[in-house]
Amino acid sequence: MGLLGWITLLPLFGALLVMLVPRDEESIHRGLGFLTSLVTFLVSLMLLSGFESSQAGFQMQVDKVWIAPLGIRFHLGVDGISLWLVLLTTFLVPLTLASPQAIGIRNVRVREFTAAMLILETGMIGAFLALDLFVFYVFWELMLIPMYFIIGIWGGERRLYASIKFVIYTLVGSLLMLVAILYLYAQFHAVTGSYSFDYTQLSHLTLPATPQLLCFAAFALAFAIKVPMFPLHTWLPDAHVEAPTGGSVILAGVLLKFGTYGFLRFALPLFPLAAAKAAPLLAILAVIGIVYGALMAYVQDDAKKLVAYSSVSHLGFVVLGIMSLNPIGVQGAVYQMLAHGITTGGLFFAVGWLYDRRHTRKLADFGGLWAKTPVFAAFFLVILLGSVGLPGLCGFIGEFLVLIGTFTANKNWSATGLTGYFPAPKLMGIIATTAVIWAAMYLLKMYQKLMFGPLDKPENKTVRDAHGREIVVFGVVVVAALVMGLAPQPILSRSEKSVDAFISSYRDRLQDARRQPDAAAHIYPALAAAPTPSGGNP
Amino acid sequence: MSFNLRLIPLLPFLGATILILFGRKWKRDTVLVVAAGAIAGSALVVFDAVFTALPAAGAGGLTDVVGTWFAAGPLKIDLAFRMDGLSSVLCLIITFIGFLIHIYSSGYMEHDPDFPRFFAYLNLFCGSMLVLVLGDSLPVMFIGWEGVGLCSYLLIGFWYQTTANADAGKKAFITNRIGDFGFLIGMFLLFQYTGTLNFQEITAAAAPGGALMQPLWLGQPVAFWAALFLFIGATGKSAQIPLYVWLPDAMAGPTPVSALIHAATMVTAGVYMVTRLHALYLLSPAVMAIVAIIGALTALFAAIIGFAQNDFKKVLAYSTVSQLGFMFAAVGTGNWDAGIFHLFTHAFFKAGLFLCAGSVMHAMSGSGDITIMGALRKKIPWTHGVFVVCWLAICGVPFFSGFFSKDSIISGAFGTEVFGEELAWVAKLVGILLIAAAFGTAFYMSRLYFLVFSGTETRAPQDVQHHIHESPGSMVGPLVVLAIGAAVGGFIGLPGTLLGHADWNWLAEHLAPVVGPELEVSKNTEVIFMAISTALALGGIGLAYVYYGGGYREPARKFAAAAPGFVRLVQDKFRIDELYAFLIIRPLRKLSQAVFLVVDRILIDKVLVEGVGAVVDVFGRIVRGFQVGDGQRYMAVFAIGVAGMVYFATRPTVPSTLAVSVNGTSVDVDARRGGNTSERALEYSFDFNDDGRPEVTGSEPSAHHDYGKPGEYTIRVQVRDPRWGTHSSVKRTVRVPEGVR
Repeated sequence: MGLLGWITLLPLFGALLVMLVPRDEESIHRGLGFLTSLVTFLVSLMLLSGFESSQAGFQMQVDKVWIAPLGIRFHLGVDGISLWLVLLTTFLVPLTLASPQAIGIRNVRVREFTAAMLILETGMIGAFLALDLFVFYVFWELMLIPMYFIIGIWGGERRLYASIKFVIYTLVGSLLMLVAILYLYAQFHAVTGSYSFDYTQLSHLTLPATPQLLCFAAFALAFAIKVPMFPLHTWLPDAHVEAPTGGSVILAGVLLKFGTYGFLRFALPLFPLAAAKAAPLLAILAVIGIVYGALMAYVQDDAKKLVAYSSVSHLGFVVLGIMSLNPIGVQGAVYQMLAHGITTGGLFFAVGWLYDRRHTRKLADFGGLWAKTPVFAAFFLVILLGSVGLPGLCGFIGEFLVLIGTFTANKNWSATGLTGYFPAPKLMGIIATTAVIWAAMYLLKMYQKLMFGPLDKPENKTVRDAHGREIVVFGVVVVAALVMGLAPQPILSRSEKSVDAFISSYRDRLQDARRQPDAAAHIYPALAAAPTPSGGNP
Repeated sequence: MSFNLRLIPLLPFLGATILILFGRKWKRDTVLVVAAGAIAGSALVVFDAVFTALPAAGAGGLTDVVGTWFAAGPLKIDLAFRMDGLSSVLCLIITFIGFLIHIYSSGYMEHDPDFPRFFAYLNLFCGSMLVLVLGDSLPVMFIGWEGVGLCSYLLIGFWYQTTANADAGKKAFITNRIGDFGFLIGMFLLFQYTGTLNFQEITAAAAPGGALMQPLWLGQPVAFWAALFLFIGATGKSAQIPLYVWLPDAMAGPTPVSALIHAATMVTAGVYMVTRLHALYLLSPAVMAIVAIIGALTALFAAIIGFAQNDFKKVLAYSTVSQLGFMFAAVGTGNWDAGIFHLFTHAFFKAGLFLCAGSVMHAMSGSGDITIMGALRKKIPWTHGVFVVCWLAICGVPFFSGFFSKDSIISGAFGTEVFGEELAWVAKLVGILLIAAAFGTAFYMSRLYFLVFSGTETRAPQDVQHHIHESPGSMVGPLVVLAIGAAVGGFIGLPGTLLGHADWNWLAEHLAPVVGPELEVSKNTEVIFMAISTALALGGIGLAYVYYGGGYREPARKFAAAAPGFVRLVQDKFRIDELYAFLIIRPLRKLSQAVFLVVDRILIDKVLVEGVGAVVDVFGRIVRGFQVGDGQRYMAVFAIGVAGMVYFATRPTVPSTLAVSVNGTSVDVDARRGGNTSERALEYSFDFNDDGRPEVTGSEPSAHHDYGKPGEYTIRVQVRDPRWGTHSSVKRTVRVPEGVR
């Protein structure tokens, strides 16, 4: 089944195993769940040793016929971009399952929760690795179901409203995407005479301008909702506030990245002409999201909502970096995805920890906690500063690269004759840079209201400091934030080739499309030999 | 030349890490040994580097490349350090004064339960500050730049239980972040136009006629904008107009912090950065003028506020803002040596003054209110002695350190030529502002001295008076060392040219490889300005004596009574904080709240999202009306539906793409290409004038008509199925052109 297949399916097997253990054995469920995800993480580390960072294309491919008559193949592969996102996933899930706060204060049905988390992990890994659009879509929807239950069963008071909102929002986008996938599938057959959902083949299909725009719109809508981009973001605060801590960590840490990953992997490479037309709009929406999310975070009085809105702002950077379409900006976008996974995941751990202790998230209910919880306060501070983007911590690298990429967006394009691709890059960059002010405003405001000031509320005087497993979870997050801030190069150097290849192939496709604007659907550049069923690297 | 420079910041960082991890369980002495040991070790490496390795190194100084920090596309940032003449001066100040303040703090913070945390922060600060000055590129400098900002935030809010302290820390951090916004934009512009962020390479790229001279906005070149944005960063960190407001509030932190961070080191980072990028700044006289004017204005403005403050540390805080203004005026006039010179002397006398403030407040049971002090000169003699030396130094009394550095700034302002002919007035304006500020400095510092130390009686309540005592040796020792520095520090920058020995100016020689030769001022100018400086210092002291010698005297009371509104305004710091709150902070919050409510909650969530849901819901309700299980009704609806379908399916149609060809004045119309018309017998009627009277009727789907003259005509074609009577029609306009036969 190949390494990639194992990494994808291990959590699913674990979930089955967990479900077989009798309902009452909660510690076994927890232990087994954690162990499965830990093994998955350790196995996924093997990706690093096998990964050739000098190669741009997909590596360690698994390619098996699944539904032959329809041309559906179980095709997985990893490149420098999905590599890190898979590792982010396999890193965060065991942390979540190790955290005593993962299920939240409705500490029921541990077995089902653990299984849901593991199924979710399979969905996430599979969607990151899938190279067959049908398989991608299956995994994409597979993520939705456990998340729906996680919010709907273990969530807070308005969990039903939030979970339904989450599902409907996401489904609206993904169903349109399915239509577009099927259209691509049909067009590919019309042009080449063979049926295929294979990404490596479909990504050579150039559609005429109008259908391309429509298909891009369908994909972009699905991804923009997932990111979420302004103004499609309102499901996020609700989902986060109601979701249990573990759900929030995974939602913010990994699920949102599918939006930005989708742009990188699918929406832009498949529909370059349409993407170039839409890029100004998407870039502007990203910049609006950066400022808007930050200002909304600033006025929240609920810690979890505040962090949720901060995600809108931070993910705006990722979209902006992708739209800059130069190596600096896209590398920054990839890095920002990972950094956001660490810091915002960490922030949700912290807010969940507070909720666990005090059963409230209202900033006004806290104050002066530092005196009682110095260890937690220190961890929380480092994570928070990582989110603020302090150099030396992970948040800085991504933001810095994205902003430089934005400033120099057109510079790289003018060399190919595609001038004016990016609207007013300096202005956009300057507006986006104001986020360094806003981030400090809302995060320090939150920190001060929680940790500083007089310890004047009786409920806060008995709060117990972080201990045991909590320290391990926070400690791991903090170390990750530090390492990623001080030594980002090992990550950047492995994604570099894939990012370069993404940009150059996008540029070639775009130039091809512009050379012959009225061309019918055609294949560009010429297809390589059809993949053999055995596939993969020797 | 390569040198292990990384050790210099690493030792304090190590100290901080150890203290954070283990310090809480340790004894105070152990904590102190680790913290002070780390900074002492760092100081030793600095001494070794500056006095042994640096003189032997070439023009590039000492370098240490740790590795690539990050790289993407054409961008590559090395984690690299460099020590040259400029950074070496700063390293000496940081490690030397940093060490003294560690010692002093061991006494000052003796009874604080958070002793280890304090020293962890101090170590972290020293490490960050050393990264700031040693960083070989803007991003590495930015690590330190933000690191010191963080430490400042943590140390201002060190006693976090008091909301005001936490607020002050937050204000410092956010104000600094506004500056950082400028710093970042400056970096981005530099990278976009030079392709590098390394100091050496920027300096090399900053040649006249290079990429940085391209016009960017408002007719100004890139260099202007990059330098201006970076300067915004400097106004944040170094507390200049308009971002100075955080520094006075920062006095909420422990006093040793005020001395080290908010006087001697961190706040001078902006001056250092501008000097480091002097080649960039020199490209644009306009931006130099802005730097110089902002500096001089800040110097005067803060000095005026200092006239009326009644808190010991607040006076010193505004004094710091003012003295930093002097430094910016110096670098803005291209007088780089003088800026760094004043940075150096100021570090000693201002740190000394702050530590005296700590000692005085220690004696006064924690109070810093100078209105209740007085006559302390005999009660705390050591502190008094140190204060006198530092006070004379800041006033600029001849041969104390401040005299030399301030004099070289003022004479440089009048002698500079960096602004060119067009902006020559700037130099004079800056010079005059500085003269006024120098006089003001002497006045408010002397007021402080007289109110605190002179006179015969202390105005404090009895219980406070009983406790007045000299501070312990650990505090007095560092004070004395700083006093010595404040007294003789000026001799590193003797006006050598004036004395006929250019090589006596050690500092200028030391800095020359980095910032070029010192600003040339004629001997006459030099002598004149020495006289003026002396007069300013003595005049300010004299005037203060008239007002405050021995306590509040008659003229002071009279003045306060004569202009109470103005005194109030100055006491309230011209209410700039209130202005910012009114203009920026409150509107921003209100706007955000309004947008959250209107856009996010109502417009997007209720109208758009739930609106879509509501539309679906309404359709659902309508459709539900039909689903009642009544078979007859179903059949009726079914029949109507079928009938409708049949009607539309069988209705004869004329294609809307009616084929019309004009030939001279005659027209041929062909309605043949209909979907369902060919197989059935249909009647066509062609009304060529659309007047209700068809010219041609029959079963032929085409017709011919000659209008006879040019013009615009409307043709109506109707098709009719005679069996069912169903019909449809299409209208079309044709134009018969003139002159075609």
